[in-house]
Amino acid sequence: MAASETDQSGPTMSMDVFRYEPDKDTEPRYQRYEVPYREDWVVLDALNHVKDQIDGTLSFRWSCRMGVCGSCGMMVNGEPKLTCAAFLRDYYPEPIRIDPLNYFPVIRDLIINIDDFLGKLNDVKAWLIPKEEKPVSEGEYRQSPAELAHYKQFSMCINCMLCYAACPVYGQKSEFIGPAGIALAQRYNLDSRDGAAEERHDAIFSDEGIWECTFVGDCTRVCPKNVDPAGAIQQAKVTATNDFFKSMLMPWGNK
Amino acid sequence: MSNDTPTKSKEYIRPMPANWWLTKRTYLLFMIRELTSVFVAAYAVFLLVLAIRRNDPEAFAALLSNPLLIALQVICLPMVVFHTVTWLNLTPKVLVVWRGEERVNPLLIAGAHYVAWAIISIVILSISCP
Amino acid sequence: MARSNEPIFWSLFSAGGVVAAFFLPITIVITGILVPAGWLSAEELRELVSHPLTRLYLFVLISLPMFHWAHRFRYAAVDLGFKKHAGLLPVACYGTAVLATVVAVWFLLPQSAAV
Repeated sequence: MAASETDQSGPTMSMDVFRYEPDKDTEPRYQRYEVPYREDWVVLDALNHVKDQIDGTLSFRWSCRMGVCGSCGMMVNGEPKLTCAAFLRDYYPEPIRIDPLNYFPVIRDLIINIDDFLGKLNDVKAWLIPKEEKPVSEGEYRQSPAELAHYKQFSMCINCMLCYAACPVYGQKSEFIGPAGIALAQRYNLDSRDGAAEERHDAIFSDEGIWECTFVGDCTRVCPKNVDPAGAIQQAKVTATNDFFKSMLMPWGNK
Repeated sequence: MSNDTPTKSKEYIRPMPANWWLTKRTYLLFMIRELTSVFVAAYAVFLLVLAIRRNDPEAFAALLSNPLLIALQVICLPMVVFHTVTWLNLTPKVLVVWRGEERVNPLLIAGAHYVAWAIISIVILSISCP
Repeated sequence: MARSNEPIFWSLFSAGGVVAAFFLPITIVITGILVPAGWLSAEELRELVSHPLTRLYLFVLISLPMFHWAHRFRYAAVDLGFKKHAGLLPVACYGTAVLATVVAVWFLLPQSAAV
């Protein structure tokens, strides 16, 4: 990534970066940085160049720099993006604007408070709760390729929260469980090894769950892993509706 | 970190602008899609009035030749068609059909709905115009 | 977090959306283009409308799309900043749809109730 060379001679590009230092600022501001333009650089490279060579006070999250950890999500020209996957060449020569992910509180600079999302992972019990617990000595839980296929798409979620930054419903009402939360609930509900769908339904079939969603669909559009959270939510609405009428018309059913 | 909130009061909350739906093309298209429901309702009301007047030949014909009502319907038509197209295009998101390990191609699901729309329209047309 | 009653409204919204999507465009073509342009006479259409099956069909075409509008319009208002349970909003929306349905039942389903 050669961020150690300060390339003064080549082409450059302007970045207007959202700055907010809570010990100094009461209001955020934008700071413009001129960064080298390299065809193979992504926005994250440019941000790291700023931090290493220009302004060490700029703070932002990143980790794997290859689109699997979900840490580096930010708004690039108003669109939620993984900055490790947003190439400078797609914006050059226009200046780009970097903001923290929309609809989250800003702790400092480009760093957002993600507690709300993490709490929701708890609320939807985003982990496997096997139908039957069995000790390791009894062998593996078996699953056919077809059973895997049913939830595989939703399992690709890397918790990057770009979908929340695209969802105007979440922007209006942060109680909304949100796209990734519901997609992850479905990931486990549809997993043949799991037995806790009823418990998760109490969380997601609520007014703060799937019913807040008005199917804007932007969450699916911005998702870097093609999870299709909008699809997960609509399918959950169908399930919830079927369950509702079944329990109304056949109350003796096993509920 | 979640238990340690001395800086929470200094967090900056960005207000959501009232015109958020004008800030992005996808948001605007969404809002237009939702507002097609107004034109759906408007035409439904027109149908209701028309059907109520069915036993008065003059009133019935007058409703159908009223220029203002014709203009309203001409505006309703593209809006209702936009509703149909956006609705049919979203059917694969709601109707997921599995064949073993593979999902039936979403284009087939949407396509089947378009075919149904064409057939239904032809049937209604032929019933109305013998 | 309790399970919601929303499925009732969502089902009506979905049914109305399907009916509106499949049946409304051609119906608008008939009443808004074919008749005014003279390709179908108003009188022929009127006789068709009097038929009990047509009246039933029209009842479905009126009532369900109104519930579709009610649900969608209510949530569009919420997306624009209204509170979901802001007293008058759901009542105004679903109430209008119920009213249209009641009027449709009263005037459409019996043979001679037309004005």
